[in-house]
Amino acid sequence: MVADLDFRVFMQPAVGGGGTYLSYLLFGLGWTLLLSITSWILAFAVGSFIGVSRTLPGKVMPRLGALYVEIFRNIPLLVQLFIWYFVLPEITPFFGTWFKQSLSPELQQFVSATLCLGFFTAARVSEQVRSGIRSLGKGQYGAGLALGFNTAQVYALILLPVAYRIIIPTLTSEFLNLIKNTAVASTIGLVELAQRSKNMGEYTSRLYESFIAVTILYAIVNLVVMLISRNVEKATRLPGLIGGKK
Amino acid sequence: MISIKNVSKWYGDFQVLNLCSTEVTKGEVVVVCGPSGSGKSTLIKCVNGLESFQKGEIIVDGSSVGDKRTNLSKLRSRVGMVFQHFELFPHLSVMQNLTIAQCRVLKRGQVEAADKALKLLEVVGLEAHAQKYPAQLSGGQQQRVAIARALAMDPIAMLFDEPTSALDPEMIKEVLDVMVNLAQEGMTMMVVTHEMGFAREVANRVIFMDNGQIVEDRPKVDFFRSPGTERAQQFLSKILSHSA
Amino acid sequence: MYSFDWSSIPGAIPYLWEGMLRTLQITAVAVIAGMIIGTILAVCRLSKNAVLSTFAAFYVTCFRSVPLVMVLLWFYLLVPDLIKRVIGNPNLDIRLLSAFVAFSLFEASYYAEIMRAGIQSVSKGQVSAGLALGMTGGTTMRLIVLPQAFRRMTPLLLTQAIILFQDTSLVYVMGLADFFGVAYNTGNRDGTLVELILFAGAVYLAICFIASTLVRKMQKKMA
Repeated sequence: MVADLDFRVFMQPAVGGGGTYLSYLLFGLGWTLLLSITSWILAFAVGSFIGVSRTLPGKVMPRLGALYVEIFRNIPLLVQLFIWYFVLPEITPFFGTWFKQSLSPELQQFVSATLCLGFFTAARVSEQVRSGIRSLGKGQYGAGLALGFNTAQVYALILLPVAYRIIIPTLTSEFLNLIKNTAVASTIGLVELAQRSKNMGEYTSRLYESFIAVTILYAIVNLVVMLISRNVEKATRLPGLIGGKK
Repeated sequence: MISIKNVSKWYGDFQVLNLCSTEVTKGEVVVVCGPSGSGKSTLIKCVNGLESFQKGEIIVDGSSVGDKRTNLSKLRSRVGMVFQHFELFPHLSVMQNLTIAQCRVLKRGQVEAADKALKLLEVVGLEAHAQKYPAQLSGGQQQRVAIARALAMDPIAMLFDEPTSALDPEMIKEVLDVMVNLAQEGMTMMVVTHEMGFAREVANRVIFMDNGQIVEDRPKVDFFRSPGTERAQQFLSKILSHSA
Repeated sequence: MYSFDWSSIPGAIPYLWEGMLRTLQITAVAVIAGMIIGTILAVCRLSKNAVLSTFAAFYVTCFRSVPLVMVLLWFYLLVPDLIKRVIGNPNLDIRLLSAFVAFSLFEASYYAEIMRAGIQSVSKGQVSAGLALGMTGGTTMRLIVLPQAFRRMTPLLLTQAIILFQDTSLVYVMGLADFFGVAYNTGNRDGTLVELILFAGAVYLAICFIASTLVRKMQKKMA
């Protein structure tokens, strides 16, 4: 079984034109990465907002934030994706019509996938932002207020700069999860890397080669992301704080 | 019974034991004392092979500890050890703590093991707590159970690694009482401790270690009357004034 | 305003229930097999034997860098191929078997990391105490370390099981119909896709919310 692995298949032209199988997979990787980045931007923004609001004094904001997290963590990712792609365009008046009429099919898939992955990951990001802020203790918040800052300034100038440094490792692992989760988009037609490995396997009957190649590609992406993350951590490390933790 | 000959041990480049030699004969009680970092815990852990050593020889009842052919598990089942932090198994009841090794290692039957366990718990005064879990016991009680657990294996010798160092002062006496009884019944014991009262009462010999070396190794009476070296003298005066 | 038509749900309940049983079946198999394999992997990873340790690390790294979807697709194509080579009978419906194998092997890598953390959290003194009583390293691991590791990691193990319960919906990519698959197919067939998807979402939300709340309560009690 191992003996008849033939990696030259990657140089063969792909069924349906457009280059070799290698470039077929690499384009898939491109889609995966593009989707990951757009979703991450959304996830980071929304997640930060919710994470911060869960640490605010008062009852309303924290509770709404908790509700958000519960909803997005207890429904499977696939179901959420289908809700964004099949359900929302039907039941929302303005967004829905715009979505169905103004966007091409590929764009519909991409937008649904971005929104789905973005809001899904935001729930997890919010938990990490929240725990990062909490690990600083009430003392920092009090000290900021005592200097005359208002709440927004305390968060922006004092709490968040340190909190974000602390959670770089967990955010990185969340981003890596996001990259893997983009594979779900294949169910609504977005042909990203995972789906392409299956397609290639079926077209060429070279199952093992195809999956080995894609595993290696995912592993490389993982490594690169971790390297970048470590460099970011080093560059932003606060002297004296071991690993940024108090 | 226990023969330690020119044992030396290094952690990487750092030497923790330097040509240590001593003997413990049957029925003897030897106390090992010294400042922290002197290697006394390491030495005692070498005796039952929990720590390895690079040079020298340790023979326990005829078996060479450093020899690769020696069945270490078998040797350890014949030498009991009591740890500073008790190390009772938290997921097992007191009774189970005492019977698990009897059944698994000595292959005793459940009933025989339980009988023995109960007898030993009586000896240490804790038979009422047989079904409790370690977390429900005080430190002193846990350590007494730990001693019973080691005794359940019918050891030929007992090793104690600072058995009272982690205890609150009020509980030290109850553990030392058990150890004194054990000594008076003739158990061969090697005890690493700061408790000089215990040493004065039942020890035959006192070994003083410093910087990985055995600096003094003398009969108890001689040691306390006039320690030979200045280091031992300094150590003793600090310890005795503290616990006086 | 969209007019919701929930009428096709009541009639579909028996099929939805079957789908749910299928979901639970896959979850149960994957959790149990995953934990067993995962524990073995964790012990291998921590062993002094370089071959075992490297193999376990390699296994875990591989399965954790790729999406579950890909693993499912891989086994969807792979298992029939393997079975053909071994048994020679391509007629069995091996999709369910593929799903069992894929989920179990995938989950094992996550359980391996959880158990590794659990094993490492048990103090070395416990190992010393076991060895000092004459138990071998293997016996000590089995009777003293693993039971304690399991107890400490129970909340994490359960949380992972809840995640697995949700991930079962991905058998969609293999053409298998679990609870969500049945819901989707029913909605597709009756033209009530919107309602069925929302219904499925609500059911998952209820079940997972209750389950994770119970786990949180357990975590509080353990602390």
